[in-house]
Amino acid sequence: MVLPVNSLRIESYVRLAHAHGSMENVQGSFGGIAEWTAPLLLAVPLMAAYLLAAALTGRRYRRWPPLRSSLWCMGVLLSSAAVLGPLAAAAHGSFTAHMLGHLLLGMLGPLLIVLSAPVTLLLRSLPRESARLLTGLLRSRLAAWLSHPVTAALLNVGGLWLLYATDLYAAMHHFAALNALVHVHVFAAGWLFTASVFPVDPAPHRTGMRFRAAVMIAAFAAHGILGKFLYANPPAGTLPEDARSGAQLMYYGGDAVDLLLIILFCRRWYRSAGREIPASGSDLPKKERTASVRKSAKRGIHS
Amino acid sequence: MNEHSNPAAAEDRRGSGKSGSRSLWSGVLFGIGCMAFVDEVVFHQLLHWHHFYDLSTSGAGLVSDGLLHAFSWFASVASLFMLADLRRKRSLLVPRWIGGLLTGAGFFQLYDGIVHHKLMQIHQIRYGVDLTAYDWSWNIAGAVLLLAGIVLTIRSGREQSRLKGDGSSRE
Repeated sequence: MVLPVNSLRIESYVRLAHAHGSMENVQGSFGGIAEWTAPLLLAVPLMAAYLLAAALTGRRYRRWPPLRSSLWCMGVLLSSAAVLGPLAAAAHGSFTAHMLGHLLLGMLGPLLIVLSAPVTLLLRSLPRESARLLTGLLRSRLAAWLSHPVTAALLNVGGLWLLYATDLYAAMHHFAALNALVHVHVFAAGWLFTASVFPVDPAPHRTGMRFRAAVMIAAFAAHGILGKFLYANPPAGTLPEDARSGAQLMYYGGDAVDLLLIILFCRRWYRSAGREIPASGSDLPKKERTASVRKSAKRGIHS
Repeated sequence: MNEHSNPAAAEDRRGSGKSGSRSLWSGVLFGIGCMAFVDEVVFHQLLHWHHFYDLSTSGAGLVSDGLLHAFSWFASVASLFMLADLRRKRSLLVPRWIGGLLTGAGFFQLYDGIVHHKLMQIHQIRYGVDLTAYDWSWNIAGAVLLLAGIVLTIRSGREQSRLKGDGSSRE
């Protein structure tokens, strides 16, 4: 594909000059309630499907935790807000708005969705044969390769580098199909990465905790470095001012979502370390110990 | 069963075993995380002395800064969970933890002051002023923290081996 990159860039500058003070424009267009129906058109069916599956399977199995349902709803709402509606429209003219969308679609949304364990719910809902097929798929070599933390981190943060450090970002605003593809990739890679370092759904190819921690640190670093890089090197078609505020949003907003993920990760370690207490050196009374063990077993992931 | 009837646990409490090094590591990681946090809050956000990016940074500098930032972000959370775990298991050794804390904080301060500010020139402590006094006080503060941390760590180790010598005739 040969892109008329230079003319593309100039066009984008003109477009930006018209949309001067892009964040003001964003705020102006945030008012209309009607405009928010677009993301709801995407989110409502997804939420309904999940809630229906939770309710129906709740008859045969244990009750599906309402917390997971609400996490799914929040994740779906935030993710779709980045794809359709006022925020998505603003992202065409403003890098800062685009970056807010990226934080929602590629980081916070996927994290909430991972926590809602949708694959587990799907396995509960499917007829036995299809569930077996899905489990087989999850166990396959391709799944092992894809869900490896290093692959997932490369697809996730590597994809962002490719998007912002090349002319892909400018091109994305000119081709609707490319735009859609980039959004799908950002969401899918964000989900894959989050699930690979913090699996909630069945993860037959899970890697060691220390290894995952190391990959997380490297990936967070690459995300932050990209933020600083963009501060100095605005993507093609972005005004320097806008690029700087977007880059800082990427850096600090990324840190905020990373912090959530780090806390969840460490809390899981803390709980698993707690299960080992009775093994040696504890002066907790025996009763208390067994109680804590029983409790954490009950709190199992696939309840 | 209390800890005294379990030799491994008794040894652990005196810091020669796993929990001694765990207390130390939890302290070191928390020291690094804490100093990074102070650096961000005080010098970037409150004083506005440091810049987000002063546009003269080399690629290697950016990578080193990014890795240290991500590491310290992770370390500050992980070290607090380690601390909670040590307390829950009643095997926290406070002097060792504080020794680690000062060592980690001093290490971060010195690394930031010498490698980042001076060798890699990622950003300076402050702009538009003569940096000599700032650089010296920054690095001397780091060195003092680091030395105090090392001394405390060694002393806590000695104390423990002395205690151990009293308790049993081994070693």
